Amino acid sequence: MAAPIAADRPTVWAPTAVPLREILPWVVLVALMAVIGLYFVGAEGGAASLVGGTAVHEFVHDARHLLAFPCH
Amino acid sequence: MVRTYILRGLLAGVIAAAAAFGFARVVGEPQVERAVAREAAAAHQRDDPSEPAVVSRDVQTTVGLATGLVVAGAALGGLFSLAFAVVYRRFADAGARGTALAVAGAACIAVFVVPFLKYPANPPAVGNPATIGHRTALYFTLLAFSLVSLVISVACQRRLVARLSAWNASLIAAATYLALVAAAYVILPGVDEVAAGYPASLLWRFRVAGAGIQCVLWVTIGLAFGTLTERSERGAARSRSDLISAKG
Repeated sequence: MAAPIAADRPTVWAPTAVPLREILPWVVLVALMAVIGLYFVGAEGGAASLVGGTAVHEFVHDARHLLAFPCH
Repeated sequence: MVRTYILRGLLAGVIAAAAAFGFARVVGEPQVERAVAREAAAAHQRDDPSEPAVVSRDVQTTVGLATGLVVAGAALGGLFSLAFAVVYRRFADAGARGTALAVAGAACIAVFVVPFLKYPANPPAVGNPATIGHRTALYFTLLAFSLVSLVISVACQRRLVARLSAWNASLIAAATYLALVAAAYVILPGVDEVAAGYPASLLWRFRVAGAGIQCVLWVTIGLAFGTLTERSERGAARSRSDLISAKG
């Protein structure tokens, strides 16, 4: 606890907006990882194939159809 | 703070995937099953040698479905948490729960509804395998365009709110988004590969099931994330007021 808390401070803690510069690097990182994850669920073995074969495509087949991604 | 949001978003995404899995099992799988049975019957009639299944239907409808939904849920939940972090306390003075649900609604429209209405989902065996590359590219192009349009419209709202009321600024922002999406709908080519004679009721039920799964996913992400955030803020407020009363 650094600064002493004044008694007249409001007792309800209201968080302020997170600065954009603090969010941006996380956006890049999470977006990259999400794209990789969504690629394997949504497109691998259909429009493009990184690992070869149809195993990944067939494994997530139902999720891909039901999440409304183009499948075949 | 951002770290907490991301972890919470991943958790909300996994919770949402569990809810979507339940919905998909009950509402979605019967339609997939019907489409697969139809495909198999057609192949049998043509005397096609059936391809050996790489992954059995039992795995596809359970572990495969769950894995796909959890990966998608966590990815979308993580991205959602960052959108929440950008919006929260920056626009309206809404609480965490209200903001989370609003962001989830906007995300559902931009990420799912807009691409879906132009390029609706198809059950297995509908669609020409030769055009999958083209169709996938169109789908993700529209998705990316929709997201960029959403960012533009939110930036518009932010600019206009100083001069107009929040209500009018939001209306203009929404109209901007709709206009951009409408332009994309007109410019991008349509796709219709449903064979003549394909059962319309099966196609409709399959598409409604897909829309339901996405709605369950997004609403649950919004509700779970909002509830968890609200609760942790209340906890933080309580421990602060305890601290103040202890000092005073």
